[in-house]
Amino acid sequence: MKDTVKCEFPAKSINESFARVFVASFASRLDPTLEELAEIKTAVSEAVTNIIIHGYKGGNGIAYIECEAKETDGKKSLKVKITDKGAGIDDIELARTPLYTSNPDGERSGMGFTVMETFMDKVEVKSLPGVGTSVIMTKYLHGGKEDESLE
Amino acid sequence: MKFEFEKKGRLLIVKITGELDHHSAASLREETDREILGGSYNGLILDLSGLDMMDSSGIGIIMGRYRIMEASGGHLCVCSAKPPIKKIILLSGLGKLIGICEDIKSAAEMLNRKDSF
Repeated sequence: MKDTVKCEFPAKSINESFARVFVASFASRLDPTLEELAEIKTAVSEAVTNIIIHGYKGGNGIAYIECEAKETDGKKSLKVKITDKGAGIDDIELARTPLYTSNPDGERSGMGFTVMETFMDKVEVKSLPGVGTSVIMTKYLHGGKEDESLE
Repeated sequence: MKFEFEKKGRLLIVKITGELDHHSAASLREETDREILGGSYNGLILDLSGLDMMDSSGIGIIMGRYRIMEASGGHLCVCSAKPPIKKIILLSGLGKLIGICEDIKSAAEMLNRKDSF
């Protein structure tokens, strides 16, 4: 089984909850535990917040989400790709460093990528300055083993 | 996200319910700060029993309120966090600065002990 959905919406903070609900309601077909669902929602929240604050720097822009649910031989996985066409990241390694924030005065914790990495099994970041950023996150559900055919 | 204040002497309890994200953090931050700075509290408890999701915006909220309480010699405890939320709090290293309690009763007891030092 393989299913996909996608959506796009204005990158405004009021839509952070919409993004979480969109991904969570799609993920629910994989029958995740409540805790897994909360982890997925949290990771999505981080990625979308990054788009709003860093990608578009509070200005206008569109956030894009693509989800893929997969089940092979009882192994379930969810892949979520969250993309913007904003500023891009100059130094991805630095951005992923725990506690690093480019905005230390704004009460931002610098834990966004760390939270995504903690709650999802794989987090890949592709970015080009001036072009945009994609964060691709995969989570194996019910302790499902890594499925290389997903790639 | 919704939140409500409960005052017990010099202890302020903020019960937060729903989902705490970057969007909802702004009103929680503003109103909590107004309450703290307008009162003479020496202890702040963030009751997370009704919180279903918190992203790293919540870390900023906790860290900022910790700094405000600490500046006036007060203390901060969070209590009743669900597992993914507790995981984020511990991940951020906040466990070294604030009390993390299983329930509101033990949070109040911890703050009372700190006050008697």
